[in-house]
Amino acid sequence: MTTISTRHPAAPSRAGAGTFSPRQLLRALPAAVRKLDPRSMWRNPVMFIVEVGAALTTVLAVLEPFTGSGAALVPTFTAGIAAWLWLTVIFANLAESVAEDRGKAQAASLRSTRTSTLALRVTGYDEKTDAGAQQSAVTEVSSADLRLGDVVVVSAGQVIPGDGDIIWGIASVDESAITGESAPVVRESGGDRSAVTGGTRVLSDRIVVAITSKPGETFVDRMIRLVEGAARQKTPNEIALNILLAALSIVFVVVVLTLGPIAGYSDAAPSVAVLIALLVCLIPTTIGALLSAIGIAGMDRLVQHNVLAMSGRAVEAAGDVTTLLLDKTGTITYGNRRASEFLALTGVPASDLVDAARASSTSDPTPEGTSVVELADELGATVADAADATVVPFTAQTRMSGLDHPDGGAVRKGAVSSITAWVAETDPLSDGLAAELDAIVTGVSSSGGTPLAVAVRDTYGHARVLGVIHLKDIVKDGLVDRFADLRRMGIRTVMITGDNPLTARAIAAEAGVDDFLAEATPEDKLALIRREQEGGNLVAMTGDGTNDAPALAQADVGVAMNTGTSAAKEAGNMVDLDSDPTKLIDIVRIGKQLLITRGSLTTFSIANDVAKYFAIIPAMFAAAFPGLEALNIMQLHSPASAILSAIIFNALVIVALIPLALRGVRYRAVGASRILQRNLLIYGLGGVIAPFIGIKLIDLLVSIIPGF
Amino acid sequence: MPPLVQFVLQLATLILVLAIAYRPLGDYMAAVYTGTRHLRVERGLYRLIGVQPDGEQSWPAYLRSVLAFSVVGIVIVYAMQRLQEWLPWALGLPAVGESLSFNTAISFVTNTNWQSYSPELTLGYSVQLAGLAVQNFVSAAVGIAVAVALVRGLARTRSGTLGNFWVDLMRGTVRILVPLSVVFAIMLIAGGVIQNLDGFREITTLTGAGQTLPGGPVASQEAIKELGTNGGGFFNANSAHPFENPTPWTNMLQIVMMLLIPVALTRTFGRMVGDLRQGYAILATMGVLFITSAALMTAAELAGAGSAPAAAGGAMEGKEARFGIIGSTLFGTTSTITSTGAVDSMHDSYTAFGGGMAMVNMMLGEVAPGGVGAGLYGLLVIAVLAVFLAGLMVGRTPEYLGKKIGAREIKLAGLYILVTPALVLIGTALSFAIPAVRNDVTSTSIWNPRLHGFSEVLYAFTSAANNNGSAFAGLTANTPWLNTALGVAMFLGRFLPIIFVLALAGSLASRDRVPATAGTLPTHRPLFVGLTIGTVLLVSALTYFPVLALGPLAEGLN
Repeated sequence: MTTISTRHPAAPSRAGAGTFSPRQLLRALPAAVRKLDPRSMWRNPVMFIVEVGAALTTVLAVLEPFTGSGAALVPTFTAGIAAWLWLTVIFANLAESVAEDRGKAQAASLRSTRTSTLALRVTGYDEKTDAGAQQSAVTEVSSADLRLGDVVVVSAGQVIPGDGDIIWGIASVDESAITGESAPVVRESGGDRSAVTGGTRVLSDRIVVAITSKPGETFVDRMIRLVEGAARQKTPNEIALNILLAALSIVFVVVVLTLGPIAGYSDAAPSVAVLIALLVCLIPTTIGALLSAIGIAGMDRLVQHNVLAMSGRAVEAAGDVTTLLLDKTGTITYGNRRASEFLALTGVPASDLVDAARASSTSDPTPEGTSVVELADELGATVADAADATVVPFTAQTRMSGLDHPDGGAVRKGAVSSITAWVAETDPLSDGLAAELDAIVTGVSSSGGTPLAVAVRDTYGHARVLGVIHLKDIVKDGLVDRFADLRRMGIRTVMITGDNPLTARAIAAEAGVDDFLAEATPEDKLALIRREQEGGNLVAMTGDGTNDAPALAQADVGVAMNTGTSAAKEAGNMVDLDSDPTKLIDIVRIGKQLLITRGSLTTFSIANDVAKYFAIIPAMFAAAFPGLEALNIMQLHSPASAILSAIIFNALVIVALIPLALRGVRYRAVGASRILQRNLLIYGLGGVIAPFIGIKLIDLLVSIIPGF
Repeated sequence: MPPLVQFVLQLATLILVLAIAYRPLGDYMAAVYTGTRHLRVERGLYRLIGVQPDGEQSWPAYLRSVLAFSVVGIVIVYAMQRLQEWLPWALGLPAVGESLSFNTAISFVTNTNWQSYSPELTLGYSVQLAGLAVQNFVSAAVGIAVAVALVRGLARTRSGTLGNFWVDLMRGTVRILVPLSVVFAIMLIAGGVIQNLDGFREITTLTGAGQTLPGGPVASQEAIKELGTNGGGFFNANSAHPFENPTPWTNMLQIVMMLLIPVALTRTFGRMVGDLRQGYAILATMGVLFITSAALMTAAELAGAGSAPAAAGGAMEGKEARFGIIGSTLFGTTSTITSTGAVDSMHDSYTAFGGGMAMVNMMLGEVAPGGVGAGLYGLLVIAVLAVFLAGLMVGRTPEYLGKKIGAREIKLAGLYILVTPALVLIGTALSFAIPAVRNDVTSTSIWNPRLHGFSEVLYAFTSAANNNGSAFAGLTANTPWLNTALGVAMFLGRFLPIIFVLALAGSLASRDRVPATAGTLPTHRPLFVGLTIGTVLLVSALTYFPVLALGPLAEGLN
């Protein structure tokens, strides 16, 4: 089934990622300033309000010396507020720009695979008469001019000009430009390994490729636009959150607009600059500023894991997944079964069985055969000289393999029924032995293993069964823990396998998956997904073959392997460049982390308002009502310094949280209640307390400024 | 008895009585709203109004029915007041003025029962009984119906309908409110509340002076006034009047009556969604807020500063000696936090902080436990918001009772929480912003100058927009501006939220149910209760802190 990458999921990430450094802020500054254009700002209502406020206070600050009116608390107060409001907007843009910059670095490395190359387009390709396009005329065109359905010829050393399927030939291809994996892979026409990606290089042989994507619309192109933030469409949860933030902003606009006339009744009407400062402090600027950076960074993290997503929506859906479908072979178990023990019949010395098993497998090149030899050597088998023996290869008819010695002796291993039949040709099995053999075979089968019988024929022509080799599916290391993690996250894992229910149950139990689908056909798989979805579950799966395509399309998160067919890649909404099916688990984590980061920073942002009220309200009204000074629990220096400090804190906290927004809030696989408890404590309670400390510290600095 | 012991004992009595009634009443109401059989009297009435009781309604149809029924109610009550002099048993009272009729009609149909007038001097028995008392019943039934529709929205899966408004209205009235009122009216009469149709009676007091004593069907009015969280008194003095509320015993009974249905509805909710724990969580949220609020108000009144309060052992101004401070603050808390608005003491005379608590109770959005039905749907909307934030924080698309909370739900919940603060703040601000209005308000309406006068206006708009109906009595509200503005605030404060709630119910009903897993945020645990309380407090505190600072806080801290 799939080619398993040797790379561990946590392998070195792509270029441009890595830790956040202050230098990135500086680099992103010009873009941040350009983003001040109101035409792009209005898309973010919260920050747009701040920008309007900044513009208004600037006008007030300029007019103040002339009108003399509203010369509020301190001469430089309005100007100070204006300056910090502009900084607030710029910091918000900075967050987005930094995220985009990092995305751009990713995009650049992706784009380098996509540079225009020369393509040899076949004119009038005819698959019947000239499948290999040996005689057909070819024209040189730029890869950018290739159209859907064009057929090109690529020879050794050439770069494949676009995404497509091999329709003729076989070649080894260097895909390191896309996957970072240096070992070449084999691609051939027909079957599940026919897809090639534009920008990869053919190392040997010659292939004919049918182009399956329009220029500029390949998977890589779409991904580039996503990580750059250009084609970033808001995801459903992001839209809902934006609505909530807009509603909160409207509430606070009403609060501030009505405060003037209401306070006017008590002759305590605050100046416009102070009201704007209050508004900016109250509306959720922190999350408003960081929201798009969080989204871009989420995509970015996915790319670092070598996964390309078609849309942000798919990433978000990954966080919601409740059912994970995993193929047994290649995902849960290593692709090949391995010999795990030798079970000798009564009266057969164990060493005889081991020696015979080894002898029967010396010429068996399959992984199963090799594993038998390895196990036998481990158990100290005597290596018999078999140089003059005739190899009897495995065939679908005989279903066994082994050696024939020139002296008439022979050794066989194979399917139990074939071996007993082979033995019975000369010496029918006694009832007792048959029953014992049957018991062993059933034991092996029910534990999820595959039994292979071993028999020998001596030089006199007498044959007997020695025992059974237990071939076993080996569950990959660490998977049991990962499934336990998934269970704690509330995700049910279902193993898909072509094995019989007995074997499937045993492996499912060993791997710790919650359920299994045995003897599965592609139709069964599709039906299972539909059934799960009808129960309200969100289903994620991986697949690579063309017959996986319908299921990939039906699943809420369908991850196609890069080694898979174009059909599979088209049907899924993500492609894993490493072709590592266990990556699904990482994708789920990234999806969850994206939501958690948004929710936590929103909570933090709203919780901040408490402290800001305690800074600004006494500052606004204590002149009219000295009693309200009691609310000044931070003992801020003066009204002017209190308000300015609140605004400065509000701006600086955005910068302080950029690294967190880019990195994402830490996520551990524990139950929902524990995650909530932890995040409420850090971001809820922390959000209440942090600004009290922050504003007080800033106030200590501001109070040094003369006048404040 | 020390005040603390008194407070604890009264509160414990209250909790005990409510606990006894909780299960049977909650389960009974669930049965009422889920049953398929119709009573004979109901069938007759359905035929009379031409309703097909077995037809289910989509949310727009349900909403149209609510609005049509309510608007017709407003028109009828308005017309009755305007035509009062021609009605029988009008006690010879004249027609009511335009703006006052407008205000009163809206007030009773919206379950607010704000009274800009002195009932015994303005309305005869005909309007009181055929107009206002009828609305006392049906406006309460409308509230429960809307709440039940929202609960159905949460309980149903991929459904296009929310039930039938006319059936919900009918059953709420016939099977819940009327029988309960009869029982409680008898208990009130037993407690000494009057019940007659005697009109005014001249008596000669012991000192020989003449006095006019009003009579009336008080006990029957009183029962539904409290049970339906209406609050409109038969007399101007409301439950401070000895004919409405003669003894500490009836006082406690009335407190129980106000809380009875809103509290038991949480059980109904748990029953109907098939998970009683969800109902308990909502009840716990309400309970914590209620007890905290009652304790704070009582503490504020007991600590009332000044020489007179010190001599009386607390701020006794405006309170009835027979209820004492605890009886008054418990009633005051209950009344303001259930959207009843009845008073057994004058909130205007409370200490600045005590009166401020009455305002805060309303500003919480009337959710702890709030008005009949309205409290439940209000808190469920808040729970949806809490779930949204919490859900994001656990890394899943937020869901409540298996219903995903998406953009549409948040839009509706956001609009819901936007309405009342906007009405309160804009109404108050306009009262001071428009020069002519400002003159009128400061010269005619406001009794106390400065800060307390501001609190009176703020209180009035808070009360109206939240459909509470209690007043800082110092305010003269029977002016064209306040009658109109408060009328509009009551109307929008009732029906805009209902529109959003029913739309939300429709949207939830149509959604699929996501199965609960370990990754699902449980919504029946203390953590979630705390989170919901936090959301209630945060939403209201952040909105009202500045105006509270300018009113009760400034007054109390100076």
